[in-house]
Amino acid sequence: MSSSVKHLYLHLPFCAHRCGYCDFVTVVGRPRQHAAYVDGLLAELELERELLAPRLETVFLGGGTPTFTEPRELERLLAGLPSAGEVTVEANPETVDASMAALLRRSGVNRVSLGAQTFQPALLSVLDRVAGPDDVRRAFYHLRDAGFDNISLDLIYGIPGQKPSDLDADIEEALALRPEHLSCYELEAKPGTRFTHAHGEELQRQAEAMEGYFACVVETIVGAGYRWYETANFCRAPAVAGDRDLRSRHNLAYWQGRDYVGLGIGAVSTVKGKRWKTTPRLKPYLAALGEGERPLRELELLPESVRLTERVMLGLRLDEPLPLAPVASELDAEALSRLERLGLACRTSLDSETPAAAAGLEGALTLTTRGRLLGDAVTADLLA
Amino acid sequence: MDLQSIRNFSIIAHIDHGKSTLADRILELTKTVSGREMRAQVLDTMELERERGITIKAQAVRVNWKGNELNLIDTPGHVDFTYEVSRSLQACEGAVLVVDAAQGVEAQTLANAYLAIENNLEIVPVVNKIDLPQADPDAAAAELVELVGGKPEDVLRISAKTGEGVAEVLDAIVERIPSPSGEPAAPPRALVFDSSYDQYRGVVAFVRVVDGAFAAGEPLRAMAQGTRFEAEEVGFFSPTMKAAETLGAGEVGYVITGLKDVSRLRVGDTLTSERTPAAEPLPGYKDVKPMVFAGLFPTDSDDYPDLRDALERLKLNDGALFYEPETSQALGFGFRCGFLGLLHMEIVRERLEREFDLDLLVTAPNVAYRVLERNGEWLEVHNPSEMPREVDAVEEPYVRASIIVPKGYVGPVMELNNDRRGRFDHLEYLSPERVLLAYELPLGEIVLDYYDQLKSRTRGYASFDYDLAGFREGELARVDILIADEPVDALSMIVHRDAAYSRGKALVERLRQEIPRQFFDVPVQAAIGSRVIARETIKAKRKDVLAKCYGGDITRKRKLLERQKAGKRRMKQVGAVEVPQEAFLAVLNLNDGNKK
Repeated sequence: MSSSVKHLYLHLPFCAHRCGYCDFVTVVGRPRQHAAYVDGLLAELELERELLAPRLETVFLGGGTPTFTEPRELERLLAGLPSAGEVTVEANPETVDASMAALLRRSGVNRVSLGAQTFQPALLSVLDRVAGPDDVRRAFYHLRDAGFDNISLDLIYGIPGQKPSDLDADIEEALALRPEHLSCYELEAKPGTRFTHAHGEELQRQAEAMEGYFACVVETIVGAGYRWYETANFCRAPAVAGDRDLRSRHNLAYWQGRDYVGLGIGAVSTVKGKRWKTTPRLKPYLAALGEGERPLRELELLPESVRLTERVMLGLRLDEPLPLAPVASELDAEALSRLERLGLACRTSLDSETPAAAAGLEGALTLTTRGRLLGDAVTADLLA
Repeated sequence: MDLQSIRNFSIIAHIDHGKSTLADRILELTKTVSGREMRAQVLDTMELERERGITIKAQAVRVNWKGNELNLIDTPGHVDFTYEVSRSLQACEGAVLVVDAAQGVEAQTLANAYLAIENNLEIVPVVNKIDLPQADPDAAAAELVELVGGKPEDVLRISAKTGEGVAEVLDAIVERIPSPSGEPAAPPRALVFDSSYDQYRGVVAFVRVVDGAFAAGEPLRAMAQGTRFEAEEVGFFSPTMKAAETLGAGEVGYVITGLKDVSRLRVGDTLTSERTPAAEPLPGYKDVKPMVFAGLFPTDSDDYPDLRDALERLKLNDGALFYEPETSQALGFGFRCGFLGLLHMEIVRERLEREFDLDLLVTAPNVAYRVLERNGEWLEVHNPSEMPREVDAVEEPYVRASIIVPKGYVGPVMELNNDRRGRFDHLEYLSPERVLLAYELPLGEIVLDYYDQLKSRTRGYASFDYDLAGFREGELARVDILIADEPVDALSMIVHRDAAYSRGKALVERLRQEIPRQFFDVPVQAAIGSRVIARETIKAKRKDVLAKCYGGDITRKRKLLERQKAGKRRMKQVGAVEVPQEAFLAVLNLNDGNKK
């Protein structure tokens, strides 16, 4: 395979403890294994190096809690990675002090995604989060002081017991920090988590009330000068950001259907119509790489129609129009007209086309605000 | 055979009072079947009958007892088949009336005993199951005497299970039941009291010869319907088919007709010879009409041809089954079927599901209505969606119902009957403990869940029977259900005006719960004509999108999307609204079971 992939993800699974709602691949504690794991990642990188372009566009370190990794090992890892235009690290507030911020900065990291989740102490404890609201603010300023000019905050809404006023307060607190980027997720009670076990019924009960939350979140954040560029993601609009495009370039690669390589346990790669997921188990992962072998993977083939389906599914999450011609074979033209009539979608002509071309399955499709709030149902409707 | 040595009789009993067991013992005792061949309940041939303890098809078995030829004519044991029962009884001169020693006389016992008395049959009363620890033979015998007259000592006490007293039953049949009268020399006449379909030999008619004699090769005619055929074979059952040279006056047996369609030879018709035809048919022929109707739809629309074939095959053996294609915008292609009654419907449905392995959706049953249209013409309506919205009058079928309950339950039963628009006729003490309540009830009030309600309000003690009493005018209204202003044909119903509001409201509420929220507000309404009587709104959904979707989430998310799409494909489109089949099912079940 030629070296073409420009987006690299690395999974750092270590966490101080497991948060109840989390279903990511995580490994709690085990500081002695951090060095071995970083060795593993670097060895895996060597094995996959041929897939990667010489100059990467983005690198993303996700977790787990990448910033919980032993600082020495984290620094060694970052030093061993190819350079890229955007290098993001996920961080938990309680793990970011001045020295961690400085470490990231001097290691070439230029974007940090900080998991704030909520600023309400009571709700943080529902989520099993260790950090308090002050930790979030403190971490944020450490990063600013270290010179980071691209910081993202994660917020979670729909927490059991969360009132609309709590949500308003969270957004207000987050906006007060003037982050470049915000991600807002509705809490998903994923099957099998301790959290679902404890709070599932309560979440069910408040589901109806929560329906309106998302629209409020969007309205407030957009009102504060942010661009709602993806279903769950906002960035400061160019007009208030000195013309910088502050969208997450790494995540845009996913949503635009580009290839990416993921390293580490449980990481997913998609390259040239194949998708694979590395074993989520630490021991066999390290054992294989210790032998110089690739770790066990689960392979999924993506035929053309599946790829196009994913293009539609992901593309409609963005605020940019989705060109229709390449995905026309997967769409139900009648449903499209119906969605337009219902004010959920609108068709526009591409710059290169005449306005008349938009009448057929040409041109490009954008979802309206309501359409984006109903995105999954709209997409299901639209696909033939 | 000399007429003097022939006895034709039936056994009549309430379900589970031991009719089939007694028949089995008689076959054993007369050595008609050897013990080795003896399957329990030989006469009930269909698997379903065996399981439900109900005999669907009458059969006739010839046995010999002390030099006499005894023909046991088996009768169907349920109200839906009253006409068939009456034809079977017309073929007999006597009946053995069996009552469970622990249960006493039940509503069905009464109905069948009255039928037997109307047919001038000699009744041999028998108390069965005297071996049961809870048996009270004296009380049961007293009830029998009350019902059919005679002396308590004339009531035979037996246990069909152990065989005790069965020989005495056979003796009593010979002694008490008269031999058949008839004219051996007259032009032949035979009553068709049942028929069945054999795939190789066509329609087999079960007959009681009244006058003359029938032989193979004879050209015959069914006098009421005019059907002509040649008798391919005549014979009798013992218990399997045995060909005979002739069937003479007074005898019971079968005629193989070679006809390919049971509907061409109806129960109650009279067979005669084409060469020497009788002048008059035997009395009592009626064209039985289905009274209960329901739509049958395959759950999977691909099964439609299978359902059609299955109905065709059932119809071969069931002349009373009626069906015609029906198209519902909500349920797709299916059939509107007519049945004699509820049990008949249940049997057909179970046979379709069991013998033909079909998965069916059955709409709430309704009765036949007679409608006087504005143009002065009468119309018979079998489907609520066919009911004209503007009518001068609507008539519905009524039944005469007999309900027997322990006296402590009279109150709850009267309350139920009042709720169901029943008209009280009379009340009668059958014994110091048991009461007969006679009511007239609209059949439409019975077809839904009356029997279940009756059983639950009387802790299962009530027994119930009915026969049709004709059509009466009623304050009936057609209630339509509209989803987003679009009427849904399968959900239309005809109800009494007093119940229209509560029924409409219940239905509309249930639909609101069952129909998933759409991209827009969906009003769900119940309406009589253009007047809306109940309304609910399914609020548009405001959010349906998973928040998080990154590189590792794409496959999972795509699978969720595929599931969402597959769910949509199972939806039925009502106008612009997608309604899951389960919603229709829930509403149909509501009609079926939850009516308060």
